[in-house]
Amino acid sequence: MNIYQDIILDHYHHPHNQGRLIKPDKSGKVSNPLCGDKIEMMIDFEKNKVKEVKFHGEGCVISTASASMLTDFAKSKSKEELKKLNSKFIIKMLGIDLGMTRIKCAVLPLEALHKLL
Amino acid sequence: MQAWLINMINLKDIKNQFPIFKHQPGLVYLDSTATSLKPKIVIDKINEYYSEYSANVFRGIYPMSEKATAEFEETRGVVSKFINANNSREIIFTRNATESLNLLAYSLGRKIINPGDEIVTTIMEHHSNFVPWQVLAEEVGATFKIIDIDEDGNLEFKIQNSELLKQIITKKTKILTLTYVSNVLGTINPIKEIISTAKSINPNIIAIIDAAQAVPHLKIDVQELGADFIVFSSHKMLGPTGVGVLWGKEKILKDMYPFMYGGDMIDEVYVDRTTFKDVPHKFEAGTPAIGEVIAFKESIKFLEKIGMNNILEHEKKLTDFAINRLIDTFGQSIKIYGPKKIEDRGGIISFSFDKFHPHDIAQILADQGICVRAGHHCAMPLHTRLKVQATVRASFYIYNDEKDVEKLVEGLKKVKNILK
Repeated sequence: MNIYQDIILDHYHHPHNQGRLIKPDKSGKVSNPLCGDKIEMMIDFEKNKVKEVKFHGEGCVISTASASMLTDFAKSKSKEELKKLNSKFIIKMLGIDLGMTRIKCAVLPLEALHKLL
Repeated sequence: MQAWLINMINLKDIKNQFPIFKHQPGLVYLDSTATSLKPKIVIDKINEYYSEYSANVFRGIYPMSEKATAEFEETRGVVSKFINANNSREIIFTRNATESLNLLAYSLGRKIINPGDEIVTTIMEHHSNFVPWQVLAEEVGATFKIIDIDEDGNLEFKIQNSELLKQIITKKTKILTLTYVSNVLGTINPIKEIISTAKSINPNIIAIIDAAQAVPHLKIDVQELGADFIVFSSHKMLGPTGVGVLWGKEKILKDMYPFMYGGDMIDEVYVDRTTFKDVPHKFEAGTPAIGEVIAFKESIKFLEKIGMNNILEHEKKLTDFAINRLIDTFGQSIKIYGPKKIEDRGGIISFSFDKFHPHDIAQILADQGICVRAGHHCAMPLHTRLKVQATVRASFYIYNDEKDVEKLVEGLKKVKNILK
């Protein structure tokens, strides 16, 4: 199955939640030295739940689309709920078949999110 | 097909000798810099060893073992002649070029490098010729110096500026280690001139050449180069994986520490001491990749039949053609790294394309049966120097032709359509 589907490309061309937060509760950076992808994620909490989350950085189609979808999903979720997310969830969320090498691109935003919880 | 291809290499004949093209119809293989494809004659020879005389070497007195040993040692002779070594004792089999370089860092580097000494390398090295020396320098308290490149991707060494040279190479420099051909830029370094200049500043320098991207593509004569050591890998020159070569001057090899201890490399072992075999066996502990070494000679014979000069010319013409096609088609949106002059480069083209991520480019090309490499190609210091995280690399060998280039161009058009 082709991974460059319209929905993935749409998130790549018009990523949701891209940008920065002013004085976020927490922020964190992750990178994949193999391909040079870098993501910084910023988050605000309200009690135990995500109030706002944004990301920026350099990434391929897969990591950008994954960050876009994941930040959409994360809003108003509790820290506990988000801690449970794993690579299986990401694959399901993207809805595409990823090879061994590209899975790292897809999971990079989740690594960033987990750093903030 | 263009005349220049037919004259030098009958490409269809060559392709027919690589079974992979039957199993992978439509394959556009542009990643020979990572590893080359294998001709049937090499595969058959591996099969011959495992089917007909799969005994260990140097041990059995029975005929099968003697046959295996003779075939194994014959390869050593073929390699020796191929690079014009003084004798086959100067040929050491390792697992790959990386192991050959690590062997040198341990067995030579740790013997001769003292605090305050200098090890000189270049910014365009593969990690395997960078990290072992960087670590050694740190361990011993030596200075690790790096020769830079100019904007064209040529070593600054090339500029005949003796002042610049003297700043880098000094009386304290013990080792100069550099690549013959860059695995990213494709730059063919003027090794002979570099070594002779370095040795004129300091005659005691030991010159090590990473020839992993050179031996498969151009004629190497170690006598003419003036190097003390060269390393390369079988699998990049149509041969099996698991076989690397270290060539070194016998006199220096004899003085070096062994690399690994164990079977085959010892002379006598007592409870209080051990003596070691002479070169090359001193450096070949344990059972080697016997079938692979045996088959390696078939790849060398195959290359020699085509002729190393023909191979280089074929690759240069194909590279020139490819660069022109890419620039004609994509103009400013494609940036090709490395020397502008075709004389200075081999069959490797690394590039950036628009704002597209190299992984996405490689993936969309892969979906069309085109194999290229994306990433830093084990040369992070070079990519940092080029101010780019990753590049896409297409590389050529004897089985590639202008149709492959056209497919790459079409493939990149599709990349643009999908990602724009």
